[in-house]
Amino acid sequence: MTESVEYQLAPEVLSLSNRRSYIELNARARATQLLDPGTFHELLDPFDRVESPWLPLQGIVPQSDDGCVVAKGRIDGKPAVVIAMEGKFQGGSIGEVCGMKMAMAFALARQDNEKGIPTRAVLSLESGGVRLQEANIGELVIAEIYAELVALRRHIPVIVVIAGSTGCFGGMSLAAGLASYVVMTRQARLSMNGPEVIELEAGVEELDASNKPFIWGYCGGAQRFAAGAADVLVEDDAEEITNAVKALFRQGQPAQLRSDKYDQYIAFLSALDTSRQWTAEEICKAWKEGAK
Amino acid sequence: MENLSFEYSASGKKPKRFHVGVVGSGDLEILLEPSKDSMAHVTIQTSVGGFEGTWKAVLDRFFERYEEAANIEIHDSGATPGTVALRLQQAVEGSRA
Repeated sequence: MTESVEYQLAPEVLSLSNRRSYIELNARARATQLLDPGTFHELLDPFDRVESPWLPLQGIVPQSDDGCVVAKGRIDGKPAVVIAMEGKFQGGSIGEVCGMKMAMAFALARQDNEKGIPTRAVLSLESGGVRLQEANIGELVIAEIYAELVALRRHIPVIVVIAGSTGCFGGMSLAAGLASYVVMTRQARLSMNGPEVIELEAGVEELDASNKPFIWGYCGGAQRFAAGAADVLVEDDAEEITNAVKALFRQGQPAQLRSDKYDQYIAFLSALDTSRQWTAEEICKAWKEGAK
Repeated sequence: MENLSFEYSASGKKPKRFHVGVVGSGDLEILLEPSKDSMAHVTIQTSVGGFEGTWKAVLDRFFERYEEAANIEIHDSGATPGTVALRLQQAVEGSRA
């Protein structure tokens, strides 16, 4: 005689099995996800073959979209452009083509807004920063990205989504700082210098990049949200992220842009005691109390 | 980096264009579109040199079944033959959907 056993799954396990990961989607699928169903229309798609002219000269295989997908469509029924980076191609690095696609997408959205078409913009980032093989041109286009982002956010919110697993570092971390809103998952990281770079430059005594709790403790999504560097903390759930983006657009412009609070940030940083090692909890608390 | 190209005879049938994959470590990107003539053409840019024989073996097997006059452009970042075969199959399925 067999006894039937009823299995009861914990709610968090059940929610995990019902969830559709955003992190596991590639850039094109992420852009499709963020846009209203059936509205995805890619600009400069792979068959336009606008790829990096510099990588093959250095013996590196290029990608047909240079790691940046630009798609027009609608979000919540309103005109929108989504720019999604592919973190798996060259570490989500910003080269000439990829960066210029991004900057020009912002510029076209701004022109739409000036013509009375309120085109909103979402930037889905996975980036290690500038592409070292295209360093100088890469840095120049990053400056273009900042200029166009700042020009566009005067008209309409620009939302940055940082999901993982590459994270958001270097030049694109500053782009996140310029955004009207930042949405992050716990898996995502946001910081100027990546941990590996700091370890390489300053030594493992200064920072151990393999110490994951410590790394996520200072630049992970939960920490960034607690410290006020991100506006919304989401699960790695495609639907939840899409809804978070829609909700932020419904809110409209933020009361104050994060990048306009520089006086407070500078005052806070200069008052900070850097002679000792701070814990992640202390940093969150200090940011909350000091940088409001 | 190595550039390779292959040619196969094909039936007159032309595929719809389709893109699949990412040039990430161990993966590859395929751009499949109708060719301009009645042949099938494959061009490969691969990050790993010295595997022309392996590429030919994978493609020979693929073209035993695939007869469409396609231009197949591959950007490879060190994918294994198994991954290449799967991505090719994915491209074909996508181009017929």
